[in-house]
Amino acid sequence: MTTKPKIIIGMGTCGLAAGARAVFEEAEKYIHEKKIGAQVIGVGCIGMCHEEPLLDIVMPKRTRVIYSRVTADMISKIIHSHIQKDKPEKGHVLSQMLPDDGANPYPSIPYYEEMPFNKKQHRIVLKNCGFINPLSINEYIARDGYEAAKNVLFSMKPEEIIDTVKRSGLRGRGGGGFPTGMKWEFCRKAEGSPKYLICNADEGDPGAFMDRSVLEGDPHSVIEGMIIAAYAIGANQGYIYVRAEYPLAVKHLKVAIAQAREKDFLGKNILGSGFDFDIDLKQGAGAFVCGEETALIASIEGERGMPRSKPPFPANKGLWGKPTNINNVETFANVPQIILKGADWYAGFGTEKSKGTKVFALTGKIKRPGLIEVPMGIPLKEIIFDIGGGVADGSRFKAVQTGGPSGGCIPAELIDTHVEYESLIAAGTMMGSGGMVVMDDSNCMVEMARFFLNFSTDESCGKCVPCRIGTKRLLEILERIVAGKAKENDLELLASLGGTVKTASLCGLGQTAPNPVLSMIRYFRDEYVEHIKDKSCRTGTCQALSRYIVNLDTCKMCGICVKGCPVDAIADGTKKTKKPALIDDEKCIRCGICFEKCPFGVIYTKGAKKAGHVKEGLSEVKV
Amino acid sequence: MKVIIDNKEIIANEGETVLEAAKRAGLKIPTLCHHPRLSNYGGCRVCVVEVGGMNRLITSCTTPVSDGMVVTTDSPKIRETRKTLLELILSDHPNDCMTCDKTGECALQDLAYEYGANVKENPYDGAMRQYPTEDKNQFIIRDFSKCILCAKCTRVCDEVRAVGAIDIMKRGFYAKVATSFDGVLDCEFCGNCVDVCPVGSLTEKLAKGKGRTWETGKVDTICGYCGVGCGITLHIKDNTVIKVTPTEKESVNNGALCVKGKFAYDFINNKDRLTRPLIKKDDKFVEASWDEAIDYTVKRLKEIKEKYGSNSIGGLSSARCTNEENYIFQKFIRAGIGTNNVDHCARY
Repeated sequence: MTTKPKIIIGMGTCGLAAGARAVFEEAEKYIHEKKIGAQVIGVGCIGMCHEEPLLDIVMPKRTRVIYSRVTADMISKIIHSHIQKDKPEKGHVLSQMLPDDGANPYPSIPYYEEMPFNKKQHRIVLKNCGFINPLSINEYIARDGYEAAKNVLFSMKPEEIIDTVKRSGLRGRGGGGFPTGMKWEFCRKAEGSPKYLICNADEGDPGAFMDRSVLEGDPHSVIEGMIIAAYAIGANQGYIYVRAEYPLAVKHLKVAIAQAREKDFLGKNILGSGFDFDIDLKQGAGAFVCGEETALIASIEGERGMPRSKPPFPANKGLWGKPTNINNVETFANVPQIILKGADWYAGFGTEKSKGTKVFALTGKIKRPGLIEVPMGIPLKEIIFDIGGGVADGSRFKAVQTGGPSGGCIPAELIDTHVEYESLIAAGTMMGSGGMVVMDDSNCMVEMARFFLNFSTDESCGKCVPCRIGTKRLLEILERIVAGKAKENDLELLASLGGTVKTASLCGLGQTAPNPVLSMIRYFRDEYVEHIKDKSCRTGTCQALSRYIVNLDTCKMCGICVKGCPVDAIADGTKKTKKPALIDDEKCIRCGICFEKCPFGVIYTKGAKKAGHVKEGLSEVKV
Repeated sequence: MKVIIDNKEIIANEGETVLEAAKRAGLKIPTLCHHPRLSNYGGCRVCVVEVGGMNRLITSCTTPVSDGMVVTTDSPKIRETRKTLLELILSDHPNDCMTCDKTGECALQDLAYEYGANVKENPYDGAMRQYPTEDKNQFIIRDFSKCILCAKCTRVCDEVRAVGAIDIMKRGFYAKVATSFDGVLDCEFCGNCVDVCPVGSLTEKLAKGKGRTWETGKVDTICGYCGVGCGITLHIKDNTVIKVTPTEKESVNNGALCVKGKFAYDFINNKDRLTRPLIKKDDKFVEASWDEAIDYTVKRLKEIKEKYGSNSIGGLSSARCTNEENYIFQKFIRAGIGTNNVDHCARY
């Protein structure tokens, strides 16, 4: 319970991007100037990216109140009213948290936990994100931090830990879904010394920010998970491989590691237990393929980040040729909770084969984008509509891409699919690390496949033929389809070449790169046929396939489109000519200026089901 | 352990790859990036085979055998996959075999023929890498448009020569074998990269346009440059050596050569080369027979030794002789002449 008023500001990358820095500085300035005895604290992402910047205030013995979309000029009003008068500034209040420790709630402010965005979530990995100052180890310790590490170091045998993790049903959260306990056991039993432990924090999918948020908001949970794993497998040295494009995560990790060393949670003879373990940071240079474990190991060794064939698996021959265990950030962050609360507790969440919770980054054409954590097995419908609030008014939910560029799409008709490893694979996609890109009826499924394949092609390391040349050729086929230059058999070519790239590629990148296009063909074949045969794009996304047409009956002959056309492709259309505008399709370069400029909305695009979608392409998808 | 490859039961060794086991059993699996002297790579994927119980195809060059493994090395699915892989490679290859120096000994050409790859109407034709050929160095023509990124050159340079003059830069479709900062090749010029290149990407500058493989006679011999005695193969056309490669037979050099053995062969057909002994008469060298030359040498050595003593004579021999020859030479100088004045460029 706080004795001084606390002002808590979301300072994750999402908050900062929305302007939290200015809010933070203004709040500090204001309380300094007005000599208000309050504390201003920066915390990690609480998940509600759509409401950033978030500013929370906790008064002594009162509930925590959350203000959303706060700007610097609102600070004086909010603090004056809330802290100086104990009256929340109603105009900007979003919600309040459920009272704990006998705190007194405010009347007529909805509860945070009961908001649609939060109601179906269950936070295990994210339990501290947005609640503690990630730069303070004491705040982590105050919320049971490092209790699990102490427990295992003094009262558990490595085999017991492995058994507990096995019984919890925890599976790799990086995308593969391999049982974590089993992976640890392989490494524990592998011959060779020393053994290494690696945390894979090379999150690189477009639209994914789960690991970044955990590292920014609660770095100690990952470090504690690593201490437990290291003890279980018998490793004394760990590495966190984190992408350099996550500067805030890198900074928070550096601080957290230094603090953990100072408090004796890392280093020689941890807490007098006789167990040594330390962690070094290795910053990746931005290659997506380095998320593949053998490429990641090569990169740590100073080699070019290229994967190699398995076997041998890293558990037997990993870093520097020694037994190595690699887990993802989210996997490690689960571990302390499993140790503290028990395998049965954890296995109580989820389904038969997919236990616990999963963090997702909900993005794209969704009303409430953000970072969410839900129990495994939740119907996709509840994520998209209950938590995410569905798509924008007036448009229709079309599909959701899971697993990023390695995954596939799930169409609207399969919205009842339960989110678990096996059912997603059955639907032609995968869990992946947790990116969910929502698409509505303005998204063209050919362009979407082109976008994801463009990413994979760009990120291929070039080692193996099917990935190096195959993905490039798949991309070229999609490029000619969206450009209206498709060949008759392109659909068959996509399917057969996609199949070869999947079966013959060396690593996961190539083996999964065709997934988006193959799954989109599976569910949206009509759209592909339209593009290829009719040379039309129903969403109007593919500019080369758009035909701008003037509604001759309603044209007001104002001449604006005629003036705006940069290539003089529009004849008549003025009061002088007394004829409605006519677009010469041969001359038209599909720039869309006439469409945008027409004040009466009489210019439309043929093929597009609904005018107004022409300018909304992928550029609007937050990826 | 026992494995079954193409319905044939084979006793395989622990740690052996499927490719090695199949090869020992006399089965042929095509490869482009595999080389027995180099680490396993798994880049070209043409050695894919089916393993019972697995959905995906696996590369035989990287997969170790396991007891009871059932392997199929040839099936319609495998052939189709290999053909697609070859067509993908050929879609980014100049296919100028008519003027390529590698024609007739090109692994890609052979496989394209064997699998009936569609070169004329390749379904995968598309963009091609546009990297200019580098031939500013002394010995090697590096035509990057023909490179299939098998990485044999980078591996031989790193793993066998321990030089590391080249590695792969950029990524994906635009990956390229390059020196540091992608400059002109400036290395030891052992030429091992050329010897392992399966296609016409790396070729010998000196041999360019001098003859096709089927026109040349191949003579296995021992390199005369030093006492190591490397096995070399001389490629001969019209009684002229046009190229030297390490011999494919078992030899002390195990496939490696140095810059002299690989490239310094132009003395063989040089008009200035001595082919008969010369004796200086009246300040001029005059051709002599071997008997005449040896008799003259013996006579003069004896005269000098008698008149001025043993220490007035010294012997210098060459590292180009074998150890045995050099041993006999120092024995002759020490025991025969009676002096310790004996040395050669690599020292006794």
